[in-house]
Amino acid sequence: MIRVTAEPFDAGREATAFQASHIEAGAMVTFTGLVRSLPGDPILALILECYEELAVNELSALREQAIARFGLVDAAIIHRHGRLVPGETIMMVMTLAAHRQAAFDGAQFLMDYLKNDAPFWKQEETPTGTRWVVTMSKDRDAQNRWIG
Amino acid sequence: MIKVLYFAWLRERLNRSSDEVTPPPEVVTLADLVAWLRKRDEVLDLAMADPSIFKLSRDARIVPWDTPLAGATSVAILPPMTGG
Repeated sequence: MIRVTAEPFDAGREATAFQASHIEAGAMVTFTGLVRSLPGDPILALILECYEELAVNELSALREQAIARFGLVDAAIIHRHGRLVPGETIMMVMTLAAHRQAAFDGAQFLMDYLKNDAPFWKQEETPTGTRWVVTMSKDRDAQNRWIG
Repeated sequence: MIKVLYFAWLRERLNRSSDEVTPPPEVVTLADLVAWLRKRDEVLDLAMADPSIFKLSRDARIVPWDTPLAGATSVAILPPMTGG
């Protein structure tokens, strides 16, 4: 399941529904990305721009790749766009597998790839103005470990 | 006619989210299209001073820069993505 949406979602409810969708899985991993605001560098909101059609296509391809590579029972990605405030859920990755290692690896792989290859762009709204979030080289490195 | 899409800070720098263009026949690949667009637009040229940071999509799929342009209806120029 791939969902790109401006609507808020309940991560707990999504996880419960996903878990119930496949009785053959023995392990589920979920990752939830949140909007954070640090005391020393507060933000008022995170604004996510998205190229929705491309996001759905790329995330769908990535999901199929993860299922094939790690032998997952299923995988799901939910990603929001629009204006989100601190504490809100930005996105969620879920993997179901026979055993835990595949579920962990699949979730990590999906996160590492979508950080760099999913067409979303974050802008932070701060008390002094807005700024675009820059790509972290650690995210690039994290993706590269899956190559080869 | 090809629709060229711009996103995030590139869209802001250009002050528009898209262009509709009809490139000349010598524009064969997506890389050729970018080079042709940069020649026509100084702001785009400056914004893409380091082209290696950008990815390109053709009809809503990310593709290599040397992908042929023929038959495309849309091309997007994608600044480094920061999802997740």
